[in-house]
Amino acid sequence: MTQRIKFYQTGTLAVGNRLLDEENRTVQSTPERNNSLTSGHRACQGCGEALGARYVVDVAMREAGNKLIAVNATGCLEVFSTPYPESSWRVPWIHSLFGNAPAVATGVAAALRAKGRVDTRVLAQGGDGGTVDIGFGCLSGMFERNDDVLYICYDNEAYMNTGVQRSGSTPPAARTATTPAMGQTKGNVFGQGKNAALIAMAHFIPYVATASVADLHDLEAKVAKAMGMSGARYIHVHVPCPLGWGSKPCDTIRLARLAVETGLFPLFEAEHGEITEVTPIRHKVPVEEYLRPQRRFAHLFGKSADTHVLAAIQQMADRNIENFGLSG
Amino acid sequence: MHKPFAITLDIGTSLANHTGSWRNERPVYVDLMPPCNHACPAGENIQAWLYHAEEGDYEAAWRQLVTDNPLPAVEGRVCYHPCEGACNRGQLDEAVNIHAVERFLGDEALKRGWKIEAGAPTGKHVLVVGAGPSGLSAAYHLRRLGHDVTIHDAGPMAGGMMRFGIPKYRLPRDILDGEIARIVDMGVTIELNSKVSDIPGMMKDGGFDAAFVAVGAHLAKRTDIPAREAGKILDAISVLRDMETDEEPPLLGRRVVVYGGGNTALDMARTAKRLGASEALVVYRRTREQMPAHDIELEEALDEGVILHWLTTIKQIDGTTCTVEKMKVDENGWPQPTGEFETLEADTLVLALGQAVDTSFLKTIPGVAITDDGVIDVDGNMMTGYPGLFAGGDMVPAERTVTVAIGHGKKAARNIDGWLRGEEPATRADARVAGYERLNAWYYTDADKTVQPALNLIRRQTTFDEIHGGLDETNALFEARRCLSCGNCFECDNCYGVCPDNAVIKLGPGKRFEFNYDFCKGCGLCAAECPCGAIDMVAERM
Ligand SMILES: Cc1cc2nc3c(=O)[nH]c(=O)nc-3n(C[C@H](O)[C@H](O)[C@H](O)COP(=O)(O)OP(=O)(O)OC[C@H]3O[C@@H](n4cnc5c(N)ncnc54)[C@H](O)[C@@H]3O)c2cc1C
Ligand SMILES: Cc1ncc(C[n+]2csc(CCOP(=O)(O)OP(=O)(O)O)c2C)c(N)n1
Ligand code: SF4
Ligand code: SF4
Ligand SMILES: [Mg+2]
Repeated sequence: MTQRIKFYQTGTLAVGNRLLDEENRTVQSTPERNNSLTSGHRACQGCGEALGARYVVDVAMREAGNKLIAVNATGCLEVFSTPYPESSWRVPWIHSLFGNAPAVATGVAAALRAKGRVDTRVLAQGGDGGTVDIGFGCLSGMFERNDDVLYICYDNEAYMNTGVQRSGSTPPAARTATTPAMGQTKGNVFGQGKNAALIAMAHFIPYVATASVADLHDLEAKVAKAMGMSGARYIHVHVPCPLGWGSKPCDTIRLARLAVETGLFPLFEAEHGEITEVTPIRHKVPVEEYLRPQRRFAHLFGKSADTHVLAAIQQMADRNIENFGLSG
Repeated sequence: MHKPFAITLDIGTSLANHTGSWRNERPVYVDLMPPCNHACPAGENIQAWLYHAEEGDYEAAWRQLVTDNPLPAVEGRVCYHPCEGACNRGQLDEAVNIHAVERFLGDEALKRGWKIEAGAPTGKHVLVVGAGPSGLSAAYHLRRLGHDVTIHDAGPMAGGMMRFGIPKYRLPRDILDGEIARIVDMGVTIELNSKVSDIPGMMKDGGFDAAFVAVGAHLAKRTDIPAREAGKILDAISVLRDMETDEEPPLLGRRVVVYGGGNTALDMARTAKRLGASEALVVYRRTREQMPAHDIELEEALDEGVILHWLTTIKQIDGTTCTVEKMKVDENGWPQPTGEFETLEADTLVLALGQAVDTSFLKTIPGVAITDDGVIDVDGNMMTGYPGLFAGGDMVPAERTVTVAIGHGKKAARNIDGWLRGEEPATRADARVAGYERLNAWYYTDADKTVQPALNLIRRQTTFDEIHGGLDETNALFEARRCLSCGNCFECDNCYGVCPDNAVIKLGPGKRFEFNYDFCKGCGLCAAECPCGAIDMVAERM
C-alpha cells in the first residue's frame, strides 16, 4: 500500500501532478512509460482490462529493466491485442491455451533458469475465467511449487470474450448470459463463487495482493513490490468491463473506485499467508451507488425490485469493511 | 521470404489499426472561466496566478496578477472578495483564502521591489481626473499599453478613499504608498492639489487624446435632525478625512452615536472607539440583514465593542441627549415608526448616510448624461456621451468598492486604447463558467483553509495597528495549493494515465497534452476523470 501524500492539490490521488517529487510520481505519468500494450488494440471503448494490463506490465517492465516475458491466457486481453498478424505488445509475449497460462509460465521460468538467464523475469496474466476457473489447477500447482512467476488476474467478473458467461468471480445478483435476471432468484446466486486472492494466500506464497484500476499509485506500488520478490506471486486486479457490466465506457474508473469505496472490493496485501496491509476507504459510499449505473444489476432497482437483495449486497460490503478493517 | 510452418503473413504492430474511426465523440481540451475569475470585479485571472503560486514561483504569480490589478497588497486587505463567495472549493470544504494569498504576493512584491515596465510608446496622451483606485488603475493600464498619462487630483495626496476613507487599521499607509509609488515609477505624472473644473478645456489645452474621469462620491448626504440646543453633528466622511490630514485627531467626546448602516458607519464607530470613546453606537433604521455593511466588517465591529441599534431612527438631538424612535418592519420589509421613543446619551452625532457625486462640473459637458440616481451614465465601454471621455469608479452606476473602481479603470483603459486605435479590445475566447458539477472532486485531497493571524482585542480597541496579519511563504503555498484549478488544466496527468488506448500525448511540463485522434475511441474516460473539468466531449460529425 502506498502512503497518501496530502495537500498537493490532488496529492497522490491523481495519476501524476506536477507538484509531486519525482519519486512519488507513477510510471504512467512519465513520458518514458513503455506503453507495453500499445495503441490500435481492439478492446472496447473504455475497457478496464486494457488499461489495467498497461498499468501492470509497464511497471513490471521498468522493474525488470525491460527484461520481461509475458505469458497470456486466452480471453479478451489476448484476443483484442493479437489478431493475427498484428500485435499490440511491446514485450516478448506468448499465448498457448485458455487454462494453461500458469503452467506455460512455469515452463518459461524453468527454461530461463536452465539457460542461466536469471535476469529475465516472467509475468503471466489472464482473465477471471482463465484464472479462477479453468486455469485454477495449473495456478495452484505453480503456487505450490513456488515457481518464480508473477501471476496477474484481470477480474472483470465474467467470461467476457465469449459473451458474458458467469465465472467463479461473478458477484451475486449479477445478470450474465448464463445467469439471466429471470425467475425466483434473478441473476447470479448468492453463496457461490470463490475469492481467488484468499485461496492464493492459503498456499502461503511470498506475496498476494488485490489492486484496482481506480487506484494507480496503490497498484503500481504493489506490482513494484511483487517484482522485487522471487517465487510465486499473485495480484488480483479489478477491471470494469463496459460491455459485460452494461455501463458507460466513461464510467470504468468511477465504477472501479466505487467498488473499492463501498467495500465490495477490498484492497490488501499479504505475505506468506498473512495480511500485512489494507488500503483504507477514503469516503465510504452505499453499494447502491456502485450498482445502479450497471445494467447487469438493473433488476435490483425499479418498482418490482426485491429490496432484500440490495440489503444482502450491502451486508457483504459491510462485512468486508469489518473483516479487513477498511475504515482506516 | 522464408516463413515458418503455417505462417503466411508478416508480423506487424497494431499501430496500423487506426481505432479513431470507432469514435462518435471526441475529447477536446478547454480553458473555461473559473467562478472566482468570473466573480472578480477587477477581472483577475485568479486561477492562473494561483497556478504559479502553487509552484512557489511567487514572482510569476504576482506578474500574472498585476496584468489585471495594479494594487494587490491593497486589495488583499480591503477587497470584500466576492471571488471567495463563488469559489468551488466552498462546496467541498471552505473557499480558497484567495485574498490572503493575493495580499502575500502584494507584500512580497513591495518587499522585493518588483517593478513593472511601461509599454512601447504610442505617442498618445491621456488625461486622468482623480487619483483614487479607479484613476490609478486606468493610468497604470494605459502606461502598460504605452500611452502617456497625467493625473490631476484635487487632494493633497493620491489614493482617494483608500487614504481618506478606509482607516489605517485595515490598510496601513506604507502599503498604499508603496503600490502607488510603483505606478508613478512607470512614468505616470500626478498633479496634486489640482481640482479640475473644465475637462474639455483641459483636454484641448493640454493636447490630450482622451480622458478618464473618476472623482468618486465625496458629498456626504445629510438629513434634517432638529437640534434644540447646539448638539454636535458631524459627517463621517469629513471626520475620516481629518484623521489623515489633521495633526490632531478630531474631538468626538466619550459617547459617539453614528447614524447609518454602511461600511462607512462601521469604520466611523470603530475609529471613534480607537480615539478613546467609551461608547460607540451605531443607529440604523432597518434590520441587521438589510444593512449594506459587509458581514465581516459588522462582526469585527461587534467584536471590538461597537454597539448596534437596529430598527431605530434619530428624531432630535439636544445637547448631549439624542431622542430615537423604535421602528418595526411592515409586510413589505419597510421600517415603519412605532411611536415608541427612547433617549441615548451622545457627545457627538456623526452622520454616515451615504455619499453623492459632485456632478456640477460634468453637467455642462455636451453629451454627458446624469442618471436619476445622480451618477454619470456610461456605455458598455465606459465612455460617456462626450466622445473620448470615459468615466468609472464610484461616480458611475455600480457597486462602490475599491475593486469595482479598479476594474472600471482597467476596462476603461483597454477601451480607450481600442478607441485610440480604432479597434475593439480582445475578449476571452471561452467565457463559460466552470461550475462545481464539471469537477471530479474525488481527486482533491482534504485540506482545511489557512486562517490569518489577528491582533488581540485590546490593541484593536486602542490602536490603529493593522488587525489582520499576512501569510508566510509556507502557508501561502499551502493555501494556493488548495485551488482546484476549475476548468483549466493543471497537469495532473490523469487524462494521460487513464486512456486505455494511449491516445493522449504528454507534451512536457507547462505544455499540457494533446489528443491522438488516430487512436482515440472516444470512450470519454479522460473527460470523466479530469479533476478540474478541462475536457469536453464533442459529438463527431458522421
Ligand atoms: C470609510 C470608507 C471605507 C471603505 N472601505 C472599503 C473597503 O474596505 N473595501 C472596498 O472595496 N471599498 C471600500 N470603500 C469604498 C471605496 O473606497 C470606493 O468605492 C473607492 O475608493 C472608489 O474609488 P474612485 O476611484 O471611484 O473614487 P475615490 O477613491 O473617491 O477617488 C476620487 C479621487 O478624485 C479626486 N477628485 C474629486 N474631485 C475632483 C476634481 N474635481 N478634480 C480632481 N480630482 C478630484 C479626489 O480627491 C479623490 O482622490 C470604503 C469607502 C469609505 C468611505
Ligand atoms: C478450453 C477452452 N474453452 C473455452 C474457450 C473459449 N473462450 C475463449 S475466451 C473465453 C472467456 C474468457 O474469459 P476470462 O478468462 O474471464 O477473460 P475475459 O475475456 O473476461 O477477459 C472462453 C470461454 C477456449 N478458448 N478454450
Ligand atoms: S468485452 Fe469487456 S473485457 Fe473484453 S474488450 Fe470489451 S470491455 Fe474489455
Ligand atoms: S478552487 Fe481555485 S479556480 Fe476554483 S473557484 Fe476556487 S480559487 Fe477559483
Ligand atoms: Mg473475465
